[in-house]
Amino acid sequence: MNNFPLPIAAAPAGLPIDDVLFVVVPYVVLALFFVMTIWRYVKDKFSYSSFSSQFLENQHQFWGSVPWHYGILALVAGHLIGFLFPREVLWWNAVPARLYIMETGALIFGVTALVGLVNLIIRRAINERIRAVTSRMDVLILVLLLLQVLSGLYVALFTRWGTSWFAGVLSPYLWSLFTLRPDASAVALLPWSIKLHILGAYAIFGVFPFTRLVHVLVVPNHYLWRRAQVVMWNVRKNSTGGGK
Amino acid sequence: MNVRSQISMVFHLDKCIGCHTCSVACKNIWTDRKGTEYMWFNNVETKPGTGYPTQWEDQGKYHGGWEVSGDKLRLRSTGKGRIVTNIFHNPHLPTMDDYYEPWTYKYEDLFNAPAGTDQPTAMPISKVTGKYIDIKAGPNWDDDLGGSPIYAANDPNLSGLGEEQRQQLQALERLVLFYFPRICNHCLNPACVASCPSGALYKRGEDGIVLINQKRCRAWRSCVAACPYKKTYYNWSTGKSEKCLLCYPRLETGQAPACFHSCVGRIRYLGVLLYDADRIAEIAKLPADKLVEAQREIILDPNDPNVIAEARRCGVHESVIESAQKSPVYKFVKVWKIALPPHIEYRTLPMLFYVPPLLPVLGQTDNNVYENGQDVAAIFHPFDQQRVPMKYLANLFACGDEGKIRYVLRKLMAVRAFKRAATVGDIPMATALQALSQADSSDSEAEDIYRMTALPTFAQRFVIPPMHREEAIEAFKDPQDHKREVGFGFTASPKRGL
Repeated sequence: MNNFPLPIAAAPAGLPIDDVLFVVVPYVVLALFFVMTIWRYVKDKFSYSSFSSQFLENQHQFWGSVPWHYGILALVAGHLIGFLFPREVLWWNAVPARLYIMETGALIFGVTALVGLVNLIIRRAINERIRAVTSRMDVLILVLLLLQVLSGLYVALFTRWGTSWFAGVLSPYLWSLFTLRPDASAVALLPWSIKLHILGAYAIFGVFPFTRLVHVLVVPNHYLWRRAQVVMWNVRKNSTGGGK
Repeated sequence: MNVRSQISMVFHLDKCIGCHTCSVACKNIWTDRKGTEYMWFNNVETKPGTGYPTQWEDQGKYHGGWEVSGDKLRLRSTGKGRIVTNIFHNPHLPTMDDYYEPWTYKYEDLFNAPAGTDQPTAMPISKVTGKYIDIKAGPNWDDDLGGSPIYAANDPNLSGLGEEQRQQLQALERLVLFYFPRICNHCLNPACVASCPSGALYKRGEDGIVLINQKRCRAWRSCVAACPYKKTYYNWSTGKSEKCLLCYPRLETGQAPACFHSCVGRIRYLGVLLYDADRIAEIAKLPADKLVEAQREIILDPNDPNVIAEARRCGVHESVIESAQKSPVYKFVKVWKIALPPHIEYRTLPMLFYVPPLLPVLGQTDNNVYENGQDVAAIFHPFDQQRVPMKYLANLFACGDEGKIRYVLRKLMAVRAFKRAATVGDIPMATALQALSQADSSDSEAEDIYRMTALPTFAQRFVIPPMHREEAIEAFKDPQDHKREVGFGFTASPKRGL
């Protein structure tokens, strides 16, 4: 198992603070996430929106929104793959060339996301119209996302081969949480930068239900297979397309 | 045959006086909230002019509506393949600058300004940012041809007009304009509905009204880009799109929509059309020169026993069929053929029709004596000298086919000659009748057109079918119980986010 460099610091294990941060906090966050997103969807569906501001400002939005979304979607997908298929990731990374491809790819998406996010922050700060539609939660979530991307890039650059040790250390830790046998002992030994990145993720999941990020949950999945026209009837069953 | 009913509209442009009462009536009811200040579900444009949003008819710029690609119909702005990229940044979305930044004035400065030697002024402030703004344009900046060398010269409908015709339009003594009131066309093949990734937009089956479900809209903005008439609007405050709802809460209680009800010139007509929904996909793909005729073809005769039987089979309510038989819109569009759809080349099959304007009526002068037209040629004479070039009207209402405009104008002119012969008597009746027959009309039809344009009562202009909302409720509970239990439904305030 230890045929890849594991960035475990020589620190005393088992501090109670680590159990609070990496066992109690994630459960609180998860509970908050599920209860509040569902509550908001049921009680206040109107508030579910991406709150696009492209209508107010068009040019800068392109250089913010496009790189940000492509970058972050690829990174989220990467983290998800590491979590779900750790064996396959380790198998892929067993050949150095493949490992380099994986790491470089992840880094490129990280930089892309950072460029987009910085553009979005600058746009929100300098454009009068965009400032008029900026809420306190928008500011909070932008700060959290910026910290998360920066800490992610720091980890990628200074504790290398993250694709491998994520599969080896963090995937078992996350599985331990989801299988209700929490074990944060390995996480407790990780350097502070990785811990910061993990806590940043929990912070984002915690505020998620209270921000515009909920638009992620309502991506228009059925557009790809529904008929073009939508017709709704009073008495007949709701139908799409030409049916009666 | 799949018979459906559609609440449809006719605007008679000869009667529009450009008073904007319709726009104000609409705004006071629907769009006086934060985020909607810039929206005009109903607006009145001066033509020639660039309209609102600026140059909305230029689909090279806005990419609205449908296009035929191979044997398929596809949206110009988006599609199943393109939605993935469009969702992060919609390349064809108009911005607020294409409409205008709404503003008010800082009136309190008039009262609070310190005493001085000059008059205090109320500075304009933006309704978006609350800061002072320098007003550059507004929704009717070129009203009544104001600044038309700058604005009207960019009217997309002027394409195809010769230099001479363009010059004529601007010659001072021939200067001409007409008004073009616009609401949502509640199309048969709506591009907005087809573009919505969330499926928030839908067409109501029973009456064809196109609506946006505010609880399903997620601000993906596709409808704004896809509608070629630019009649869906993005509410920048709530993060939801909104559009003309044909005042359906008024219709459901038997009242005409606010813009119709308030129309000073009484230019507006509203009624039911029955149409064959099975043929929409087929005719929307036809070559542009066949579209006007084809749309007329799928509108069915509500007096035809076969159509009535089919309508019953398809579940169209008896009262709606009856209402379709009295529909003024059916007469204008299908019987008299004098109402035409706007820009049907966008292929959304709009269900709002316009009677093109005859204005200004030009007579011949003979030795400075106004000649009313003693013979048929004189009655029809003015068209080729009409100040609004026929080509311009054709670009607007007939995909460039002047013949269709000529047909309408000849008929309208013949009706005038006929009524003048009957009431004033300076045109021989024989000549008037001859003119009518040459215009594909008859004395009885002329009388009908005259009565429906000059003397119609409120109930003749607006034949509103019973909307049968009780049927929607019956499926779940007793309508009488429902009536006692509910208030207005959606009672949360439309605030932004949580």
